[in-house]
Amino acid sequence: MSTGIGARVPRKEDKRFITGKGRYTDDIRTDNQAYAAFVRSPHAHARIASIDTSDALAMDGVIDVLNGKQLTGDGIGNIICGWAVTSKDGSPMNMGAWSALATEKVRYVGDAVAVVIAETQAQARIAAEAVVVDYDMLPAVATADKALADGAPQIHDNAPGNLIYDWEIGDAAATDAALAGAAHVTEMALTNNRLSPNPMEPRSAVATYDTAEDHYTLYTTSQNPHVARLVLSAFYNVAPEHKLRVIAPDVGGGFGAKIYIYPEEITCLWASMKTQRSVKWTSDRSEAFLTDAHGRDHISTAKMGFDADGKVVGLKVDTIANFGAYMSLFSSAVPTYLYATLLSGQYDIANIHCNVRGVYTNTVPVDAYRGAGRPEACYLIERMMETAAREMGKDPAELRRANFVRSFPHETPVIMTYDSGDFGANLDQAMQAADVAGFATRKAEAASRGKLRGIGYSSYIEACGIAPSAAVGSLGAGVGLWESAEVRVNPVGTIEVLTGSHSHGQGHETTFAQIVAERFGIPIENVSIVHGDTDKVQFGMGTYGSRSGAVGMSAIVKAMDKVEAKVKKIAAHVLEASEADIVIEGGEVKVAGTDKAMAWHEVGLSAYTAHNLPPDMEPGLKEGAFYDPSNFTFPAGTYICEVEVDPETGVTEIVQFTASDDFGTIINPMIVEGQVHGGIAQGVGQAMLEQVVYDDEGQLITGSYMDYAMPRAADLPSYGVHHASTVCPGNPLGIKGCGEAGAIGTPPAVINAITDAIGNNNLAMPATPQAVWKALQAAN
Amino acid sequence: MTNITLTVNGKSVSRDIPDETLLSEFLREHLRLTGTHVGCDTSQCGACVVHVDGKAAKSCTTLAVALDGAQVTTIEGLANGDLHPMQEAFTEHHGLQCGFCTPGMIMASVDIVNRYKAEGRTLTEKAIRHELEGNICRCTGYHNIVKAVESAAAKM
Ligand code: FES
Ligand code: FES
Repeated sequence: MSTGIGARVPRKEDKRFITGKGRYTDDIRTDNQAYAAFVRSPHAHARIASIDTSDALAMDGVIDVLNGKQLTGDGIGNIICGWAVTSKDGSPMNMGAWSALATEKVRYVGDAVAVVIAETQAQARIAAEAVVVDYDMLPAVATADKALADGAPQIHDNAPGNLIYDWEIGDAAATDAALAGAAHVTEMALTNNRLSPNPMEPRSAVATYDTAEDHYTLYTTSQNPHVARLVLSAFYNVAPEHKLRVIAPDVGGGFGAKIYIYPEEITCLWASMKTQRSVKWTSDRSEAFLTDAHGRDHISTAKMGFDADGKVVGLKVDTIANFGAYMSLFSSAVPTYLYATLLSGQYDIANIHCNVRGVYTNTVPVDAYRGAGRPEACYLIERMMETAAREMGKDPAELRRANFVRSFPHETPVIMTYDSGDFGANLDQAMQAADVAGFATRKAEAASRGKLRGIGYSSYIEACGIAPSAAVGSLGAGVGLWESAEVRVNPVGTIEVLTGSHSHGQGHETTFAQIVAERFGIPIENVSIVHGDTDKVQFGMGTYGSRSGAVGMSAIVKAMDKVEAKVKKIAAHVLEASEADIVIEGGEVKVAGTDKAMAWHEVGLSAYTAHNLPPDMEPGLKEGAFYDPSNFTFPAGTYICEVEVDPETGVTEIVQFTASDDFGTIINPMIVEGQVHGGIAQGVGQAMLEQVVYDDEGQLITGSYMDYAMPRAADLPSYGVHHASTVCPGNPLGIKGCGEAGAIGTPPAVINAITDAIGNNNLAMPATPQAVWKALQAAN
Repeated sequence: MTNITLTVNGKSVSRDIPDETLLSEFLREHLRLTGTHVGCDTSQCGACVVHVDGKAAKSCTTLAVALDGAQVTTIEGLANGDLHPMQEAFTEHHGLQCGFCTPGMIMASVDIVNRYKAEGRTLTEKAIRHELEGNICRCTGYHNIVKAVESAAAKM
């Protein structure tokens, strides 16, 4: 069986997971283990008048109770947002101070004010309840529109009116003029509902301080352990990088929520030094709802203008983005450079303008969640397109097709340069697979059973493979977004690849090994992938934004290029041939057209025995590379959803879901399809089930799985997943990325289908049975 | 403190434990069998499913002291050394990604198939989806989990 590029190789990592031998952070227990429990604010907005820890300190097993004044007193720095976005008037964003343990004020329910360290988890939790915090209550605000209103509670002193920034992109005057001259203008107000990412493994941290070495070790649930170490060192002053090892072992899903460095990890590290104990904290699900960064939460109005032929002439958008109580690590980039830059969708639109206001509220910080900005952009464009088609009496597929970008590279008015794609091919493939031609018959048949059947489209595009470091640097990013890899060939010819990408479900241990096995013609069992430990891998930027294929694997290819060059030199020398005649094939390194050959492992051995190397060659066979992408990549595709609505109850069933994606080169179709399945499920979750709800006082209403509707097996259909690919010209393997597509493309397809079925376009996410039933009543 | 003696994965174990100890905690912390996971605190996600006397149970809502004399099987003991057909099917059909829900999914799925076989009922796709009501997976979208259960059911 082939294990190379394009093969459905079963995952190398599965054995440990299916036998219960996975090693997640909470599975780790040190000899000296103590446990942390956080004292959290029950109020959304209040001043801390006093903290009395005397009762807690006297309780069984309590080692210490620590607070924010001690933390800042020890020089632990404030938590930062790492991407500086500038307002349209040139002023910098208004970043309010965020201490890992609050000192003066609490700003959301769940904000940590103190931590109890005790011998057992139960003792720590009981003692945390005995810490008495005296609060002076302040009025709170939970939604972005209310936070912008006159007289709204002021959350940070340095952000007047709770405004973080007022940013724009595109040409406002040209867009206004285009809309004024349009034959038809579609106008909509759209809300992108607030979500909780909910990876199934709750966050966890085990921090150990070694007094003799003055060295820290942190096991943590991270998508990017090196970024965590960098930030913990450079900004939070926990320890310099060479005195801090961060290990992200098996991580049970991330979806963005595990990118950030949260108060709990910082506090555990600091507390391990204070108490001279190894400190462990594991979130429970309730705590996860209260503290994991949420996603989405946009309120937008938009106008899309068309000429008499149905060509889009202009798009104008105004968005307010809820940031929560503090600016999380990448929060500022999500509603700007990851959102507004994608507002051209798959379409050739000459004029686009988008204004975005970022706003503080008394809620959990909001940051990137699977798709991050791109689902919000896609939802807006694709709801507008479908609505415009209905208003103008055009076929929604053909209206899209008439506006598709057809030649590449294509520069949009919102600073993206699309490099490749064949949007018509994806639309055709999806329409064929979904049997759109037979829809009318299916609809009539459904009607005979008393069901309303609807169909909805979504043609999405996203920017992945983040990102060219200089480009993002010029836009305010505080880091470069390259990736690194090291390929180590052992004397026996087996290979370890050290990568800065992190796998928390993506199957890198298999996919990455496939490209190595194929390149050098060795068995895939002889390749292992090492990741997630700052002591093993030199550096890396981690996994998010569908970047591990396009960026992470490109770094591996670059390192393999160097290995190959050295292998050829060694073989040419040993086989007394010209380097140009050496080929690597079928596990052998040979002289083309002859029977002179060395087995792969013989080359490895030669490199390490160093008995017969070319003059001046260093022994060993190990090469590293950093890869910095030249552009974003642009996965795209069309999703078609069919639903049946029960008009009596509003209960909606997705009866068919068809995806056609262009991901560029696919290494392992089985894994890629799995990514699409999971993304679609989260997209359906957003469209039909999930919604974080705060009440007017900023109390979280949806704080558990009893209240927050997670998609379950019976809520979802089987999916039809297809590929029509164009090769990405920007990286050596031609990969575009597949991790987020499902979450981006799905929500508008679902809502377009339901609104088609019920004949009322006025339906917000999540389209619960109650919401659908109400919309249906309003339509009748 | 109460002393309990029970059989876990075929071995007899005896421990003095606080009365409030949950089975999940007993397995993870006292026996260090960390294959059983805890994904929620409201008995909703099924990451913690094990078998008690041959039937699926959520270990996060089962008190260990109530299990004196019981037979408990966890993911580590599902197949001794070999792989159970359900484990094989999960990997063959790519029914797992991050692996966190997987032990609970596999234990629940084995129980589903056993029950349907015992009752002589056919396990359709719809039935599998319905039966997996108590198990949440955030990664796979369930598509391949359902396929894995269908395929294992044919072999069990
Ligand atoms: S941990 Fe038992 S149901 Fe979630
Ligand atoms: S595989 Fe990650 S939660 Fe199911």
